[in-house]
Amino acid sequence: MSVATAEKQWQVAWVPVGLHHGTFVLLALLILVNAALTPNFATFATLWNLLLQAAPALLLGVGMTLVLATGGIDLSVGSAMALASVAAVLAIPHGTVAAMLAGLGTTLALGVINGSLIAHWEVSPFLATLATLITGRGLAQVMSRDGEVVPFSDPAFEALGQGRLGPVPVPVALAALTIGAGVFVVRATTWGRYLLAIGGNERAAYAAGVPVGRTGWIAYLVSAVLAGVAGLIETARLGATDPANIGAGAEFAAIAGAVIGGTSLRGGHARISGTAAGVLILVVISASFNMLGISYAWSMVLQAAIILTAAALQGRGSPGEGRA
Amino acid sequence: MSQANIPHSHQRVPHFNAAALLRWARRHVILLVLVATCTLATARYEAFLTAENLFNVLRQNSMAGLLALGMLFAILSGGIDLSSGALLAVGGFVAAAVSDHGLAVAVGAALSVTGLLGLANGLIITRGRVQPFIATLAVGMMARGMLLAFTREQSIRVAPEAMDFKWLGRGWLGPVPLPVLIVASAYAGAAAVLGHTRFGRHVYAMGDNDEAARLMGLNVGRVRTIVYVVSGALAGLSGALLAARVGVGQPTAGLGWELGAITAVVLGSTTLAGGQGGAWTTLLGVLLLAIIFNIFNLEGTLNSYWQWVLRGVFLLVVVMLQTNRRTTAPVRAA
Repeated sequence: MSVATAEKQWQVAWVPVGLHHGTFVLLALLILVNAALTPNFATFATLWNLLLQAAPALLLGVGMTLVLATGGIDLSVGSAMALASVAAVLAIPHGTVAAMLAGLGTTLALGVINGSLIAHWEVSPFLATLATLITGRGLAQVMSRDGEVVPFSDPAFEALGQGRLGPVPVPVALAALTIGAGVFVVRATTWGRYLLAIGGNERAAYAAGVPVGRTGWIAYLVSAVLAGVAGLIETARLGATDPANIGAGAEFAAIAGAVIGGTSLRGGHARISGTAAGVLILVVISASFNMLGISYAWSMVLQAAIILTAAALQGRGSPGEGRA
Repeated sequence: MSQANIPHSHQRVPHFNAAALLRWARRHVILLVLVATCTLATARYEAFLTAENLFNVLRQNSMAGLLALGMLFAILSGGIDLSSGALLAVGGFVAAAVSDHGLAVAVGAALSVTGLLGLANGLIITRGRVQPFIATLAVGMMARGMLLAFTREQSIRVAPEAMDFKWLGRGWLGPVPLPVLIVASAYAGAAAVLGHTRFGRHVYAMGDNDEAARLMGLNVGRVRTIVYVVSGALAGLSGALLAARVGVGQPTAGLGWELGAITAVVLGSTTLAGGQGGAWTTLLGVLLLAIIFNIFNLEGTLNSYWQWVLRGVFLLVVVMLQTNRRTTAPVRAA
């Protein structure tokens, strides 16, 4: 009896702290440990570089969090990055603006397809976006002729990935802006409330008059377009499009970041700031292992352990288990 | 229990009208697409309908077939196994590393190690209450990470004297390649287990309605754990076959293959929500993907990336047909 009570108290007292602040505590710890142990870690150059590396994943993470909040999932974001990249590079002869519009337009179309399949045709989000993941990656490679790496030279376009606003790299500024907008949307707009309502209980939300279809549709649109921006940033940083590798596996990193940050795959929660911290945790681990000369394979092991711990903490006390 | 197991009386009565025909077509869309694709290929390529080509296609796809079979168990139970590509690599590496001790040891070691990793999946899902998507994603990352770290990303050769192990991937029994026989017996075994054993019934019951299965007194946790052990072991067997065929165990083998396995299962009209589907239709899904690949090879001049576009489009069409069939209420769970 007393053991059970003690366990109950432990859950009541510590799990909320673990869920709501654990991500930030862990991120702070990782940074402190690295500042102490990793040579050259605690320099402005390194920190800006870390944020620069994290920027595309942060953009994906914001979109993914909105989609996860509805109880859905978007597996196509990595392919969206590749599509945006190829479309933009193909359009570069027509000017920088045309290139960016082509990239974003392609992902907008992808978002419309995802959203329509899921919201109107009622295809399961996993399968709809798995199909667009496969098709999108294939199309990106077809469009760039045999999936070749195509370099380009356009200083204005490259500034998107390599430029700075004062001390702040442009991608970092874009990511920060997006995170701010995401937090605002979830906390202070009707649409944000609708998202959480759908994820909490879709039938109840429908009965209460929430425009279920349209709300979900927009979430997939936002996710795809943010992935497009991330793809353009990667392209600008590389100075080339690499349709086989840009964004490969990025969907899982974004999902992992969201889960570490306290957004569950069950829907009904959207912790944008948590996702940002979760993505940064993953990036700090891989970057610091790299700086310490430890194989990236070990950073995968540590990242996986953190994902599991975060998910297991969320799983405590919640009912449904075993569902994908 | 799933719809598939309880035939409705009106389905037994033959209706020769358009609506009934459309219903039938929707239920058997994968079979129709496969027959159409094969007919097209036979008409267009002389080399297609030859024993040599077909056995080659089957042998090349035996690894993907075993992976899809493991995925089928996970999906039928209402879950998913994203670790299977990584477990394939682990199985192949372990089998190659101990191949000098003989066939039985090599396969046994591969199955044991990947079965244990599957057990880890199952326990994390049932005891840790982590969703299968996240649990298997993380276990896969961990397995792949450790494999890459311990091997320093180097492949390991199958022992040159291990002829019996190589025979597993390259041998023939009469006119049939051995891997094809292994896959065929694995599917026959799975069909028997799913259709005619208590465990099979439990998998369907749990996938259809977890809570109802629990209330009926079914040990949901144990059944689910076994499902992931089976999926892991099949991934390991798949890896052993691959290592035997190519003669090396590669730590990077099977990257992203889990997505192909999911595609095959879904093309084989198994619903992702669980509780509906079966082994033989999954085999049809595997065959369709295999034949698409074969057609691109026979054509030769086509940009091979089109096959991914085609895969995605097929998947989409099948899923849309399935979905439209069941649509009743605005419910959209992941």
